[in-house]
Amino acid sequence: MGKRSVIPFGPQHPVLPEPIHLDLVVEDEKIVEAIPSIGFVHRGLESLIDKRDFNQLTYVVERTCGICSFQHGMGYCECVEHIFDVEVPRRARFLRTIWAELSRMHSHLLWAGLLADAFGYENLFYQCWRIREKVLDLHELTAGGRVIFSVNKVGGVIKDIDEDKLKVILDTIKDIEKELKVISKTFFKDYSVQSRLKGVGILTPEQINALGAVGPMARASGVSNDMRSLGYAAYDEIDFEPVVSNDCDCYARCYVRIMEIFQSIDIIRQAIDKIPKEDELAAVIKGNPNGEYFMRLEQPRGEAFYYVKANGKPNLQRMRVRTPTFANVPALCEMLKNTEVADVGILVVTIDPCISCTER
Amino acid sequence: MANTVNPKYEIEEITVDNLVSRSEELIKSGYRFSQANAAYVDEKFELSYSFSNYDNYDLLNLRLVIDTDTEVKSITEVVPAAVFYENEMHELFGVNIVDIALDYKDRLYRIKKECPFGPDKKEEE
Amino acid sequence: MANITRSPWLLHYDGSSCNGCDIEVLACLTPVYDAERFGIINTGDPMQADIFLITGGVNEQNMPVVKQLYEQMPEPKVVVAVGVCACTGGVFKDCYNIIGGADVAIPVDIYVPGCAARPQAIIDGIVKAVALFQERAQKSEKEVDKVG
Repeated sequence: MGKRSVIPFGPQHPVLPEPIHLDLVVEDEKIVEAIPSIGFVHRGLESLIDKRDFNQLTYVVERTCGICSFQHGMGYCECVEHIFDVEVPRRARFLRTIWAELSRMHSHLLWAGLLADAFGYENLFYQCWRIREKVLDLHELTAGGRVIFSVNKVGGVIKDIDEDKLKVILDTIKDIEKELKVISKTFFKDYSVQSRLKGVGILTPEQINALGAVGPMARASGVSNDMRSLGYAAYDEIDFEPVVSNDCDCYARCYVRIMEIFQSIDIIRQAIDKIPKEDELAAVIKGNPNGEYFMRLEQPRGEAFYYVKANGKPNLQRMRVRTPTFANVPALCEMLKNTEVADVGILVVTIDPCISCTER
Repeated sequence: MANTVNPKYEIEEITVDNLVSRSEELIKSGYRFSQANAAYVDEKFELSYSFSNYDNYDLLNLRLVIDTDTEVKSITEVVPAAVFYENEMHELFGVNIVDIALDYKDRLYRIKKECPFGPDKKEEE
Repeated sequence: MANITRSPWLLHYDGSSCNGCDIEVLACLTPVYDAERFGIINTGDPMQADIFLITGGVNEQNMPVVKQLYEQMPEPKVVVAVGVCACTGGVFKDCYNIIGGADVAIPVDIYVPGCAARPQAIIDGIVKAVALFQERAQKSEKEVDKVG
């Protein structure tokens, strides 16, 4: 038995664009325990409920995280709409679905790039980000912003996507699909990629259940759980099956996320096919919300929780966001045990950490 | 579509004494811990512990309405994943949670202001 | 070190931003915007960095981190605040845990506005920073000559 020592990881680390700090207790090269300490990005945006009313809060919530920005806005709006018990126009629900899937594509491509960067495959990293730029162009075309859309409002959406733009989306995703097929071969078949990912960071379905991991983390360990099955937005009219893998390792997580990009492409095609022609984009909201609701939705990183409690005043009593990374951190700590120090970077990246989300 | 589910959505009122035992029951019957949060409403804390099911998406919320100084026993011995949630409630709201498995002792977010969401905040304004 | 404009090295640190600006900073360095054509390299080591890009506001906990990173960088150095949060605190200005923009912790030379800042704007900020860096480098060189 070797001597135990502590290696600090982060907050500023080349692998991560975001600050998280881990104290790694190591014995020789093996990690015995990982103790996370967070709070570098804590802003306390939930406290803004006192200063902003429930409509203005949409824009604050969108800035919880720049990567899943749209989905945060959508989750919050759907939660408040539940309290109002209003029916969102059908076209708005389809538009939300299209935007949500576009943002999932951009998030997963971003993640794939970061993973490639983490195991030192710079070329692959650049390829992923090159394809991602095409998705960002679609964001800009339809919403006006590259990462922060600001198209949601309580009751529906602000902007419409007209027929021409829908056609551009279809053409572009066709291109993306073609290019992605080439890249996915490298991720799935390349020898050096496999040697870094296979058999690393194994989490069994039992561990997933005990630690409450969500999203692609859970699905990569054979847990078929996808909050889109709850049928929010227009997912109730769309046909899809959660992508599941039974390998439980980093490779499985990579597989699940890459296959989800193809799934998103499919969902966008279905949504554009079924989108109804309507003029109305938002339901009329009268008065202030009164009541409480727990909203769950599937973000690129997994299940997010929105809790809103209101008492009929413009300012809410409580708004709470439980983001997917917050639920995945205990799983990360478990996964890091008994791994090599050299794998820490990859393991941290495979949970797709979004620290801004986590700390709010 | 065929694959949309219609899960249960319940809020169950419980008391401080049976929080741990009820959590244990739920975990044993196949639920997983989803989240816990607190709210400060009308000079009382409202704690919600949410449990959900991976397979049928049911959501069950345990609701605890307590006075601000009531001692709550941590559920981390039966639900290890609750560590961060309980630390957060303790730090941001000042909920008196005892026996947390990994107690950060108000140093999780390391904020300067004490319990920004808790009782003191309302008095200041 | 007569002409350093051809290869300034960048250090990027995320204060308490929403992540939007961080991924845009990264997007700047990837093929479509390709800030690397200016000879820029994104380094993780403050001791080898010339330009410090900071995104997001400053809070209680990352204040010492930001200060330490700044102090570890060798002279001369230039600081670029990217995004409205790094400039003033932005949408989070009223949050209890945000002290303010990056300039409450370290001296900021160039402010890049936007929420999130667009890659074009960030590259513009970097180009300005490179010019300022060159100016400072020449100035400190002259001072060394005087002493010598």
